[in-house]
Amino acid sequence: MIAVRLAAVAGLLALFSACGHPSAPHKLSIAAAADLQFALADGARQFHQQHPQTELAIDYGSSGNFYAQIRNGAPFDLYLSADVQYPRNLVHDALVPADSVFVYAAGRIAVWVPASSKLDPATALSDSSVRRIAIANPQHAPYGRAAEAALRSMGLYDSLEKKLVLGENISQTLQFIQSGAADTGIVALSLALAPTVRAQGRYWEVPVSAYPKIEQGGVILKDSPAAREFREWLLGQSGRSLLKQYGFSLPGE
Amino acid sequence: MDWQAIWLSVRLSVFTTAILLAVGTPLAAWLAFSRWRWKFLVEAVVALPLVLPPTVLGFYILLAIGPRSPLGALYGKITGGILPFSFQGLLLASVLYSLPFTVQPVAAAFASVDRGLVEASWCLGVSRFATFRRIVVPLSRRGIATGAILSFAHTMGEFGVVLMVGGNIAGVTRTVSITIYDQVQALDYAAATQTSLFLLALSFIVLALTYSFQRRVWNVWPMS
Repeated sequence: MIAVRLAAVAGLLALFSACGHPSAPHKLSIAAAADLQFALADGARQFHQQHPQTELAIDYGSSGNFYAQIRNGAPFDLYLSADVQYPRNLVHDALVPADSVFVYAAGRIAVWVPASSKLDPATALSDSSVRRIAIANPQHAPYGRAAEAALRSMGLYDSLEKKLVLGENISQTLQFIQSGAADTGIVALSLALAPTVRAQGRYWEVPVSAYPKIEQGGVILKDSPAAREFREWLLGQSGRSLLKQYGFSLPGE
Repeated sequence: MDWQAIWLSVRLSVFTTAILLAVGTPLAAWLAFSRWRWKFLVEAVVALPLVLPPTVLGFYILLAIGPRSPLGALYGKITGGILPFSFQGLLLASVLYSLPFTVQPVAAAFASVDRGLVEASWCLGVSRFATFRRIVVPLSRRGIATGAILSFAHTMGEFGVVLMVGGNIAGVTRTVSITIYDQVQALDYAAATQTSLFLLALSFIVLALTYSFQRRVWNVWPMS
């Protein structure tokens, strides 16, 4: 019995000491906007192959929630927001240095209909058989603001306002349409192109001229070589081609 | 202050409580008196909303009442409308969500009524229904009041389910908890605090008044 216990204690000690080992991979914890979910799942694999010393731990969620959490001391190394305004607010709050904010992509929006629907996504918004149109909440979701602006610039907002239902975020907006509760809606192109969504519906990309740019910004919260490495990677060639493939526009294009 | 949202929440809570008392009382009576051997299955189903995360429950309700489901299709045929994103849909979701909050205290109250009184009433030739109405219900009024208060309070504070099936339409499905959430998300913390404080004060007053009217009820679950 005693031998077994001793062995268990030794095993535990070995476990604890392994955690503190200097050559253990560095962990980088990232708070990322929900619209990056598919791009970054792919990206994290690529990044890890090129930088095996750094392990990424990515949390996906609402940029506004992360902003509130970071302001209250959430221990993230990096924050990739869906709206550059949140990182800028962190600068304003004097929580991060002004030059640490970077723009890494711009979101695009698309009209989406389920595969089973008879609607043509390019004309679905103005189709008279449509009863409910889902968009993200313009009050706090960047894609919602873009959707509302696009509807206004296409001259559809006033006639469609009564049909609008608001998703809490862009994923829930898609869910409203997928479930059939809403007939169509405006979602992030990155979602429409996501591997699990692609086969489930058809989309029409809203011309980028119809809405103000959804600039996505990030910021390093806790400076470290690994954090800088990831930022360089995201802004570099690999990161850019990945973001483009998943439906984002790139800064400077 | 978003009075429209507050008024909507109050209306939703009142209707939900009324429907739950009408539907939940017979269900509770059946649960309290039935000797069916598979009754525990029904009890488990009634208690499910206590366990399921509201967002999960909301998501399934959305699928269940959507125009592609049998229920949604039937509703569409009868009324020509759709259930999600409407007050009726929200009401249906709230009733399901608060079901255990009515049924459990009421069933517990019914079950604890002295069996001897009920049987004495039957022996005196009073019908089963009249016995239930004149003996069981009056003796269970505290349990029924508890069920009603809990359902009302639970619906006032309901969030996840409304978020999932409501669609955030002003005056129709934008309840006060959704308004507070939106204000927090929009970083308007001052307005969120103001609305929250109002909700807190209103809820406290409603609960305090109700409890003061039935002074002897000090326990939240008096019969268990």
